[in-house]
Amino acid sequence: MKILVQIKRVIDYQVTVRPTADGRNVETAGVKMSINPFDENALEAAVRLKEAGLATEVLAVAIGSAANQDVLRHALAMGADRALLLETEHTLGSLQTAKALKALVAREAPQLVLTGKQAIDDDAAETAQMLAALLDWPQATFASAITLADGVATVVREIDGGQETLQLNLPAVISADLRLNDPRFIKLPALMMAKKKPLETLPLAELGAVEAPALTLEAVNEPPARPAGRVLGNVDELVAALRAAKVLS
Amino acid sequence: MSVLVIAEIDTHGLKTATRSAISAAAQLGGEVHVLLAGENIQGIALQAKEIKGLSKILVADSPEYAQGIAENLSPLVRQLAADYQTIVAAATSFGKNLLPRVAALLDVAMVSEVTQILAPRRFVRPIYAGNLNATVAAPVGQLVLTIRPTTFAPAELQGGAAEVVAVASTGDAGKARFVSRELAVSDRPELATAKVVISGGRSLGSKEAFHATLTPLAEQLGAAIGATRAAVDSGMAPNDWQVGQTGTVIAPELYIAFGVSGAAQHVGGIKDAKIIVAVNTDPDAPIFKVADYGLVADLFTVIPALQSALKG
Ligand SMILES: Cc1cc2nc3c(=O)[nH]c(=O)nc-3n(C[C@H](O)[C@H](O)[C@H](O)COP(=O)(O)OP(=O)(O)OC[C@H]3O[C@@H](n4cnc5c(N)ncnc54)[C@H](O)[C@@H]3O)c2cc1C
Ligand SMILES: Nc1ncnc2c1ncn2[C@@H]1O[C@H](COP(=O)(O)O)[C@@H](O)[C@H]1O
Repeated sequence: MKILVQIKRVIDYQVTVRPTADGRNVETAGVKMSINPFDENALEAAVRLKEAGLATEVLAVAIGSAANQDVLRHALAMGADRALLLETEHTLGSLQTAKALKALVAREAPQLVLTGKQAIDDDAAETAQMLAALLDWPQATFASAITLADGVATVVREIDGGQETLQLNLPAVISADLRLNDPRFIKLPALMMAKKKPLETLPLAELGAVEAPALTLEAVNEPPARPAGRVLGNVDELVAALRAAKVLS
Repeated sequence: MSVLVIAEIDTHGLKTATRSAISAAAQLGGEVHVLLAGENIQGIALQAKEIKGLSKILVADSPEYAQGIAENLSPLVRQLAADYQTIVAAATSFGKNLLPRVAALLDVAMVSEVTQILAPRRFVRPIYAGNLNATVAAPVGQLVLTIRPTTFAPAELQGGAAEVVAVASTGDAGKARFVSRELAVSDRPELATAKVVISGGRSLGSKEAFHATLTPLAEQLGAAIGATRAAVDSGMAPNDWQVGQTGTVIAPELYIAFGVSGAAQHVGGIKDAKIIVAVNTDPDAPIFKVADYGLVADLFTVIPALQSALKG
């Protein structure tokens, strides 16, 4: 069984993001980029399924510019067998991304697609569900545990107020929460080995049309700053301040 | 043209977040209808009739909708969607799971986690864990939205007179089976909607200390308890207590953070609180940048002091 894992290259989660000078986008010039944290969880889950003998191949796929090769090398070092870059200079909307992946699924025929629960740049949390809909496959979002047996994936999902367990008939799409696992730390030999693994580039246009309605980004702003706060001397001052603000009785 | 709100039902009935979605839908113009899908939900439909601003309730009462399975619900919404300009739900785990699936089936644009409606096709939504706000415009055509419930006041539960209409089931898609659900039971208010939330970070030290330290104060304040990811990951608190980018986004009247460093991913989930209080031993902790009131102090001495000050 083949597992396809989606990898998105995003601004590193530790970077303080800023709007561009014209306020129309997010500043990425000179900014550290990394693999989307949730995608590392998705990949770790796939590699573990392969190590457990439940999968035969792990394919890592990114959609974006040539710069995405770095996150794909990272994926190979973590244990993906093969990587594929669907190259495009355009920023795709979620539905366009899902359509591109649908076309790729037709070519690669995986039994399971794993994605991150959300990309930490747009925080959309849409792609996995859209892909599942387009393929008419079942979905399990926000997964914190996955087990596979007899063509069925049993998935624990994190939901408001607790968790739930679903069973999906494969093929299926699953999106990973951070709690799914602790992604492995990449050691030097793995990095060296990754250089020998295949990383293929395919122009997105060659996959066929990915026409879909997409949003236009008009402006990016910093949210209004909260008024400056005060450091108080002791608990009594705090209680008095909170009573004055009418948030304590 | 009208707006269809997809309702979410839990063990208490219609979720408050759905009433927030109804308020947001009302800002789009046109009639607001709601889809109630579930099993044995006639009683909930009768309550929902009273909601202000609602003109129609579509009731799909059938066992395949009982567990909120997206594979079963999305064909139903797709079928009903023809009559609507916009489909809206709250950006809860239910709404986030379902609506992208609906958008893809309809082949239409989707805007997730809207915090402001500027015009029927222009919205503000947070990006990068809420560190930035994006203004986005949607193309002409049908539209699917999820709205962040904390930024839209819930529609009032009275003053309405909606018509109730039954709709037929689209059946079981046969792709996903519900196995079980474990929900936390607590007499304290729900985290997402509590007026007061107190939360703890990694520095609470252990599960025992987390509960022993925070629970009595939470009870005294009638507060919900939240936690950082670090506290949840080290097993001190259950996952559904996590506040932030990957947890629950909250906007209480009062938020008190004990031993929380204030990472961007945490702060993104509390920025809309009315008053933020931070208690941290490190005067340089980033949480102080967003706090209205701060105490540079040990949480283990502050909490007992706070409890006795509140008694007095
Ligand atoms: C993709 C992604 C998503 C994330 N999503 C979330 C999220 O949704 N929510 C979230 O919370 N985090 C999230 N995180 C993690 C986040 O980046 C931080 O690691 C986390 O919030 C830190 O938790 P903490 O404040 O408990 O721990 P720490 O950062 O270790 O801070 C502990 C604090 O306690 C203080 N302290 C120590 N002892 C005491 C004492 N006795 N009294 C008072 N203060 C004391 C210290 O000075 C310090 O400031 C996410 C991370 C990533 C990568
Ligand atoms: N351009 C992309 N390339 C590869 N994977 C992507 C891309 N965009 C989104 N994804 C995947 O979809 C997940 C959810 O993204 P989003 O719906 O944008 O929040 C991410 O965690 C990735 O796994």
